[in-house]
Amino acid sequence: MRENTIVLGIETSCDETSASVVKDGKIVMSNVIYSQINIHKEFGGVVPEIASRNHIEAIGNVVKEALFKADVTLDDIDVVAATYGPGLVGALLVGLSYGKALAYGKGIPFVGVNHIEGHISANYLDSDFEPPFICLIASGGHSHIVFVKDYGQYEVLGRTMDDAAGEAFDKVARALGLGYPGGPKIDEISKSGDPDRYNFPKSFMEKDNFDFSFSGLKTAVINQLHKERQNGIEINVADYAASFQMNVVQVLSSKLIEAAKFKNIKKISIAGGVASNSLLRERLKKLADEEGFVIHFPKQVYCTDNGAMIASAGYFDFIRGKVSGLDLNAVPYLKLF
Amino acid sequence: MKVSFKTKSSDETEKIGFKLGSLLKRGSIVLVSGDLGVGKTVLTKGIAKGMGIDDYVTSPTFMIVNEHIGEIPLYHFDVYRIDDYRELYDIGYEEYFYGDGVCVIEWPEKIMPLIPEENIFIHIYMGDSFDERVVEIDSNGAKYDEVIKEMK
Repeated sequence: MRENTIVLGIETSCDETSASVVKDGKIVMSNVIYSQINIHKEFGGVVPEIASRNHIEAIGNVVKEALFKADVTLDDIDVVAATYGPGLVGALLVGLSYGKALAYGKGIPFVGVNHIEGHISANYLDSDFEPPFICLIASGGHSHIVFVKDYGQYEVLGRTMDDAAGEAFDKVARALGLGYPGGPKIDEISKSGDPDRYNFPKSFMEKDNFDFSFSGLKTAVINQLHKERQNGIEINVADYAASFQMNVVQVLSSKLIEAAKFKNIKKISIAGGVASNSLLRERLKKLADEEGFVIHFPKQVYCTDNGAMIASAGYFDFIRGKVSGLDLNAVPYLKLF
Repeated sequence: MKVSFKTKSSDETEKIGFKLGSLLKRGSIVLVSGDLGVGKTVLTKGIAKGMGIDDYVTSPTFMIVNEHIGEIPLYHFDVYRIDDYRELYDIGYEEYFYGDGVCVIEWPEKIMPLIPEENIFIHIYMGDSFDERVVEIDSNGAKYDEVIKEMK
């Protein structure tokens, strides 16, 4: 295995079209997310309208931009990695087919990547963090607690039974009239609210249960809002937001810490969009310090859906001998094992 | 044809879904309308179980459609995040709506121009107390009248 293996990572599983060039699974040379950029003039000019899930129109320019920003050409790419599930089949197929075609055209290996494994691999970017560790993945679409035994070796310890954590933030923000995206809005307004004002229910809090349920919490918040409105009580949005956020943060953080104790692992990390929540970070840092655990937070930009995390996961698969056939199909319901 | 139920818990709502799920055939379209937190995904969990699907049925809000494998596949849509029905063209909705599985669609109001004329329309709303729900099931089209008859 020669050093400096350069992987092009492509992610199109849901809303974001993203491509990234990553060296040796860790060093991010470029990370382009379509919704966050104006494509360089040379490659089609500034895009007038950034639409989610418009992968087919975006993918070519996003890949070109990723190569350009990394100051490489396709000839420098050693491996192409792309997400093949879970996700929307029509969305997945764009990135997957594009990636396979590039690999075939250049005669280089192709690796299909599980999107959840990608989120976990965000921990390796610009960092020396390595397995084994326990990872909480909490985003708009996913909530998992995973024991990462080694690169590519996982044991799912818990998952959501209904709504994902990030989704709960969005839906409660909507019920409170805070708008979208809900995570940052609730985070912000909670700073001026009383987190002890409402004691909303917590699900699955028995010992050694690492599953989540946030649907009951969402309904409890909505019911409380209805009650207060019916009784003519003025709604204090900040208190609602703070009490809700405290509930979710307590559930997520205590389950992550308990899972680490259960597996006797002293390294923990978080990934996914909810990993950006300031209270969650603060509380986890405190709890980890108390337990003597090492905690790792990936950079914020690697917590949303992005190509860099896919390139990293693809790299660690590749150096362990895993290469996908060009007949690999998209698997919308793909699970993590 | 219409049938209406009152439920006093999410378990009871799920049971109605179970009964419905056990009656659904390939190509069925089930629309589920109702406010946030009223139990649309709970009902769909029941439908999946009634279809014999042993899988985690979680909310598809982020993903827009979750696919569940079974003897008859279940395509669970939540189009809340869709601003314009034409966005569904990119998702390839025809292959689901006119395919070999059962489609359950939450927030169907958002994509009315694309909804097949024959369907089962379910409306869930809050009853007299905060835990009570009214589940109204309405058939549009002769093939779905049979299903409603069995539900009674």
